[in-house]
Amino acid sequence: MKVLVPVKRVLDYNVKPRVKADGTGVDLANVKMSMNPFDEIAVEEAIRLKEKGVVTEIVAVSIGEQKSQDTLRTALAMGADRAILVVSDDKVEPLGVAKLLAKIAEEEKPDLIILGKQAIDDDNNQTGQMLAGLLGWGQGTFASAVVVADGVAKVTREVDGGSETEDLKLPAIVTTDLRLNEPRYASLPNIMKAKSKPMAQKTPADYGVDVAPRLTTLKVVEPAKRTAGVKVADVDELVAKLKAMGVAK
Amino acid sequence: MKTLVWVEHDGTAVKDATLAVVTAASKLGEVHLLVAGQGVDGVAAEAAKIAGVGKVHVADDAAYAHALAENVAPLIVELMGHHDAVLFPATSNGKNIAPRVAALLDVMQISDILSVESADTFTRPIYAGNAIATVQTKDTKLVITVRGTAFEKAATSGGSGSIETVASTGDKGLSTFAGSEIAKSERPELTSAKIIVSGGRALQNSENFHSLIEPLADKLGAGVGASRAAVDAGYVPNDYQVGQTGKIVAPEVYIAIGISGAIQHLAGMKDSKTIIAINKDEDAPIFQVADIGLVGDLFKIVPELTEKL
Repeated sequence: MKVLVPVKRVLDYNVKPRVKADGTGVDLANVKMSMNPFDEIAVEEAIRLKEKGVVTEIVAVSIGEQKSQDTLRTALAMGADRAILVVSDDKVEPLGVAKLLAKIAEEEKPDLIILGKQAIDDDNNQTGQMLAGLLGWGQGTFASAVVVADGVAKVTREVDGGSETEDLKLPAIVTTDLRLNEPRYASLPNIMKAKSKPMAQKTPADYGVDVAPRLTTLKVVEPAKRTAGVKVADVDELVAKLKAMGVAK
Repeated sequence: MKTLVWVEHDGTAVKDATLAVVTAASKLGEVHLLVAGQGVDGVAAEAAKIAGVGKVHVADDAAYAHALAENVAPLIVELMGHHDAVLFPATSNGKNIAPRVAALLDVMQISDILSVESADTFTRPIYAGNAIATVQTKDTKLVITVRGTAFEKAATSGGSGSIETVASTGDKGLSTFAGSEIAKSERPELTSAKIIVSGGRALQNSENFHSLIEPLADKLGAGVGASRAAVDAGYVPNDYQVGQTGKIVAPEVYIAIGISGAIQHLAGMKDSKTIIAINKDEDAPIFQVADIGLVGDLFKIVPELTEKL
């Protein structure tokens, strides 16, 4: 069976985002960009399913500017078999991404699409659920475990207060949470090998999808800052403070 | 504007997260509720009493028993024929269902709003709360998830909404609920607790976490949280996690014990009213946001604090 794994190029997890002085967004010039961490987990899960013999082919997809090729090469170096890049210099919102992925799914006919639960730039947490809605498939979001057998994906989900398990009829959508797995690093030979793996280039127009944004960002500002308060010398002083606040009797 | 609020409940009572959503919805217009579930007459009656609520739509069917997005989304789409906006709490269920509804309505959802600026303009956090964006939508219908800590909770009494039964849209047969493991705890839930005591990696192991953090929390009637480092190290389960990738909390008092204060963690608790930090490293970033700091060995401080309270 075939798995589709969409991946997004985002500001690296370890880089502190800086809001641009003119309030138009976050500064992405000359900063390290990487694969969205939740998408890395998605790629890893697909590879593990392949290693278990459940999956035969992994297709990585990215929607974004030409530089997203790097992100796809990372997915290929980790173990994806081929890649599709849908080139768009303009930002594509989750709804547009989901529509493009739905078209790609119609062509590729995967049994499973594994996505990160959210991208760490816009923090929308929408694409997987939207894609499931557009395709009319079941959705196992925020997955911490995935078992695929007999046409069913058994997905354990991280929910408020604990976990929940759902059985999804295939084809289905899975979105990854942090504890699903620990993604591997690509080895040097695999990075070299990834360079010759096939990568198709498309545009939103090829799929006949209108990706014009529905939301306009009017401004982006830094959140209100907290300032450091006082240090207390010992527990007695802390207890006194807590009592003064009415927290302790 | 006619708004619809999806009511989060556990089958017997309305969950607190819903109340903040009612407040957000009331800024847009008339507030109607949807209670979907199985055997939810009691929940609907309770929901009708929430202040400011007009109509309560009740869909009672086994298909809605576990809030499966595949079954609930088509029901909401049906109701959106005569509503202009639908709002959900940004809880795991809300986040699961809302985008499916948005896609079916061909609407770009606005996630995790912090404020309602006008009927089409909202603020929301991006980059784990390191930036706040003001966004305006061109869509004619709105699909929104609401950050519970950003809005006051609507009163649970004083309302007199009318209850109206809506027909089930049935089981779509795409997914089945196969079980859950929800931690049973006497302690308040993190997202609604007034006081939270959180532990970090400095606790060294699970035993220390339980023997130091929990007695202090119980003394204060507090909820128990943890940093991602403590969760990753296996001291406590993931649902304890406070931070960008865990729960976003804003209690009256947040006590961070042995937590250094990584950006990831701060994103989840920096809106707390008072932050208290206990850490042996006086240069730990947590002290830059703490209102009250105590530098020292948590293994000495915490038992002493618990005893003296």
